Amino acid sequence: MQPDRSEELRRLLRERILVLDGAMGTMIQQLRLGEADFRGPASCGLAGHAHDLRGDNDLLALTRPDAIAAIHDAYLAAGADIVETNTFNATRIAQADYGLQARVREINRAAAAIAREAADRWTTRTPAQPRFVAGAIGPTSRTASISPDVNDPGARNVTFDELEAAYREAADALIDGGADLLLVETVFDTLNAKAALSAIDAAFEARGQRLPLIVSGTITDASGRTLSGQTPTAFWYSVRHARPLAVGLNCALGAALMRPYLEEIARVAADTFVSCYPNAGLPNPMSDTGYDEAPEETGRMAGEFARSGFVNIVGGCCGTTPDHVRAIAEAVRGVPPRRVEEDAVAEAA
Amino acid sequence: MRLAGLEPLVIGDDALFVNVGERANVTGSRAFARMILAGDYAAAVEVARQQVHNGAQILDVNMDEAMLDSKAAMVRYLNLIAAEPDIARVPVMIDSSKWEVIEAGLKCVQGKPIVNSISLKEGEEPFLRQARAVMRHGAAVVVMCFDEKGQADTLERKTAIAKRSYDLLAGIGFPPEDVVVDPNVFAIATGIDEHANYAVDFIEATRWIRAHLPHAKVSGGISNVSFSFRGNDPVREAIHTVFLYHAIRAGLTMGIVNAGQLGVYDELDPELRERVEDAVLNRRPDATERLVSFAEGYKAAGRKVEEDLGWRDASVARRLEHALVKGIAAYVVEDTEEARLAVAARGGRPIEVIEGPLMAGMNVVGDLFGAGKMFLPQVVKSARVMKQAVAHLVPFIEAEKAAAGEAARSKGTIVLATVKGDVHDIGKNIVGVVLQCNNFDVVDLGVMVPAQKILAAAREHAADAIGLSGLITPSLEEMAHVAAEMKREGFTLPLLIGGATTSRVHTAVKIAPHYEGPTVYVPDASRAVGVTTSLLSEEGRASFVADVAADYARIREQHARKKGPALVPLERARANAFRADWTGYRPPRPAFLGRREIRNADLAQVAALIDWGPFFQTWELSGPYPAILDDPLVGESARSVLADGQAMLKRIVEERWLAAHGVVGFWPASSRGEDIVLWRDEARSAPALVWHGLRQQAAKAEDAPNLALADFVAPQEGPPDYLGAFAVTAGLGIERRLAQFEQAKDDYAGLMLKALADRLAEAFAEWLHRKVRRELWGYARDEDLDVDALVRERYRGIRPAPGYPACPDHAVKAPLFDLLGAPAIGMTVTESFAMLPASSVAGFYFAHPQARYFAVGRIGDDQLADYARRAGLAPGDARRRLAANLA
Repeated sequence: MQPDRSEELRRLLRERILVLDGAMGTMIQQLRLGEADFRGPASCGLAGHAHDLRGDNDLLALTRPDAIAAIHDAYLAAGADIVETNTFNATRIAQADYGLQARVREINRAAAAIAREAADRWTTRTPAQPRFVAGAIGPTSRTASISPDVNDPGARNVTFDELEAAYREAADALIDGGADLLLVETVFDTLNAKAALSAIDAAFEARGQRLPLIVSGTITDASGRTLSGQTPTAFWYSVRHARPLAVGLNCALGAALMRPYLEEIARVAADTFVSCYPNAGLPNPMSDTGYDEAPEETGRMAGEFARSGFVNIVGGCCGTTPDHVRAIAEAVRGVPPRRVEEDAVAEAA
Repeated sequence: MRLAGLEPLVIGDDALFVNVGERANVTGSRAFARMILAGDYAAAVEVARQQVHNGAQILDVNMDEAMLDSKAAMVRYLNLIAAEPDIARVPVMIDSSKWEVIEAGLKCVQGKPIVNSISLKEGEEPFLRQARAVMRHGAAVVVMCFDEKGQADTLERKTAIAKRSYDLLAGIGFPPEDVVVDPNVFAIATGIDEHANYAVDFIEATRWIRAHLPHAKVSGGISNVSFSFRGNDPVREAIHTVFLYHAIRAGLTMGIVNAGQLGVYDELDPELRERVEDAVLNRRPDATERLVSFAEGYKAAGRKVEEDLGWRDASVARRLEHALVKGIAAYVVEDTEEARLAVAARGGRPIEVIEGPLMAGMNVVGDLFGAGKMFLPQVVKSARVMKQAVAHLVPFIEAEKAAAGEAARSKGTIVLATVKGDVHDIGKNIVGVVLQCNNFDVVDLGVMVPAQKILAAAREHAADAIGLSGLITPSLEEMAHVAAEMKREGFTLPLLIGGATTSRVHTAVKIAPHYEGPTVYVPDASRAVGVTTSLLSEEGRASFVADVAADYARIREQHARKKGPALVPLERARANAFRADWTGYRPPRPAFLGRREIRNADLAQVAALIDWGPFFQTWELSGPYPAILDDPLVGESARSVLADGQAMLKRIVEERWLAAHGVVGFWPASSRGEDIVLWRDEARSAPALVWHGLRQQAAKAEDAPNLALADFVAPQEGPPDYLGAFAVTAGLGIERRLAQFEQAKDDYAGLMLKALADRLAEAFAEWLHRKVRRELWGYARDEDLDVDALVRERYRGIRPAPGYPACPDHAVKAPLFDLLGAPAIGMTVTESFAMLPASSVAGFYFAHPQARYFAVGRIGDDQLADYARRAGLAPGDARRRLAANLA
């Protein structure tokens, strides 16, 4: 387990806006890997796996670690302070779609180790800019709050306990692999996130040590709500007990449309750092990356968010590339970070 | 304390009283207990809804009943109400004396709930263990004043236990703001002397807690206090009202109450109030006796809870739509039956009820969903109502088929799959559900489904259509692959494409060309039914397929053209400009120069000029007006929505719901290339506004000019010319009405009002333009055209609006509004140049007899650079503003 770098992060966050990396999936997609890449060499033991594996990006930590390392490297070179592990779907629940539940622990540990190695190499190279590894924990492919069955709105296809167990497994392996912090991201159902937060809390308790945490929700559409129907403020109130280092939004909508919801989070989470890593605009299937916002545009909006005092951590989600991250880093350089009432009294209302 | 359901609820130290709905409680409500024991959860959910509608800000849920599997009932009920957005918006209070029930409840709630309760009853160890678990789940907690010795019934015991509990919680880091103390409400006026001071003890304990335990809140189960008056609701209500009045003044934060049964202290019968107050405050020894004897005569029937059933007065189509949009199942069967009888009476078939009003209702649901006015759980709920309606119709449909000698069968079989490489299936599942509701058989193959498996399943089940879904971008390629495989294997059945990254353009350009069968993009779940029904109906299929094919061909053509080298250089386009003959034409001079306001335009006159065509488009009813009213499919809906619209329009006019203001002005003007300069003076020396224009750049046939709006204005060296401008709105005052509708949960009326306000704004623009032609500019004093001719623009001159095809850059609205002084009549533009109020129109007036509307279309980089230079824009900004006109 890495030493607790909360204080170091807090100190940096008071000094400047930190830059998170960009999309992993987009970068992998551009490599146009085939089934053979995903299965890896014979030593990975997947040659005879009954299920198609192409598309299981997280598996590449085992089968093409070189490709994942190169992507981290590109983001670190572009100026990212924090890189996310390639583990968005690396839970037992999501990996069940590929029949790879048994490899989940191994995938998370390997992914964290790859990111760790890349980050440390860059910390050595640029000691003035220490780099961090965020263990990414995605929403899984199931929702604990929404019924899959129209005839029975009370039905659920996953329980809190199942989610909690799956998250615990992923979190433990990410910590073992060397993550500096954990990132519960793309929260579309807050009950899933609460299961993750509960699992993480238990993991920290068992180890007698905590790591910093970022919780990042997703506002799905123009309704301004999460998929499970919460407003941004309700989302924050529902995860605030985890006392995260930062809370924010990522993925859907892209920066321009995300602005009012980010503003809301920045306002209500006055005692917490705020993160934001939007998609590169709205999806455009005609584009190579699936999104068509140019790096300078993303950078411009990141700069605008920074100057508006909305953010402490910015990066990119789907469709962003090292060029986007470079543009973001340039846009926020020298802009004072959002001020946080870190020792505000508990009762703000 | 910051709680959350779907929406936040902040309870600060000085918050007003928060009422917690108590009826979803098997120990407190016999009616609710009966529902739960009988398994009638639908009725039990309505109890919660009623509570929230009546103002409950938190919903208490209690399933502690010996005959019940309380844990299972808690889970089931919480999961059910989570699917009801109008209930789930408030936080939940998970109420049980059994820890395992509470813990199960905590695992069902996405927001931040309150646990009710934990206590020191079993000692400190379990108390702290439970408190830690509550903290891990992020809930607030009610602590009962209960310890190892029992429940606290005196002020001393209450405060001592409160302090001990509070300190223990502080010791494990439990946030004090999230601690709620319940100092136990016990029944008064029982005839037992020791009970007489119970209410006072509670009130005083409340005062002490708020003064001595920082940030802690106080709560109580209010109904207990009046327990001895069971069966006498008016008196119970009075006791609650008085007790709350005093407890709240002492600092009570929240109370578990029947939200529909709270009176107003000042409005109580003074005699009743006095006797109740004597008992509550224990002011005289005979208080109980006096209250009991007085109460005997007060057993008047309790007030009846009224539900807003105004929507029941609408037409049956509108009622069904309402039930679908609102997800109300209560009347859907009787309404469906009424619709069926109406259809049968005119010789129609039961299926027409589905294809007509029910489908129209689901389309509205889809539009609201797409517009972000509904979200997922509601859509699913709507689907549920739909299913009930369909279930009612199925026997009739089958009987009809049996009579006609047809075997009863479903409307068709659809194979659904999330394509290979993608694991996202929520949208696909919803599509499946909605299709099933509509009597389609759905074979759902799940996620990550390879093409071969999809095709095999389609063959095996003799599918009538295949639906592909995907969220991530690579899925788009896979969909194209599936389409190609379908072609290779000789399939001809329809292929439906859906998912977040898909689009009509993408489907037309990248998928449809791979396949010869119908390939159709489905924007959302509620459209899936319409598309599938059309594709599988014998009558409608051919025309639907042809329409889609034509539409996609056009899109492909546009797409190809976008890339095509069909532009001419700007210089050549300029050389081919429209050349008006300025020597033989003397531009008319307006009656005045500068601006004028029109305030409170006569809405009756304006309404007479409404073009109803777009009104139906707003309601997603397609067809030309007035023919649409007799359309076999949407005619009834169209007539009904028009009747509703006209009825509301009448009220808007008569009751002055909306105010319409406008401003119009004229300025000396001259053209300069593509720009038009509006001058402050007739000498044309000081510019008031320079409106930067664009010129068509497409290669034209020999005699067709490359138009720019500036071509219709004389250059400075030509004769003196003028340009008019206007801004009108009919949306002033709409917010208040909309808020009322919103409060009444009447989305329909709200949408209708907005639609009508839009129509009125357009009609006002029409009205003002006519006034301009006939009087203010006065170049067509004898014009006398009817509404139809006005709609068809059979008059001289144009009024192009910024953002429309002839002048696509919205940005001129900002200086235009300045020039017109539009803010003086309550009109402004946002930073992205949207007009406020929303129901507004603004534009310029051209008087030249040959002025006409056109689309600028695609422009070249040369013109973009030229435009940026003229408008003083950074190239990137210009590119963004004109994105739609660039390749």
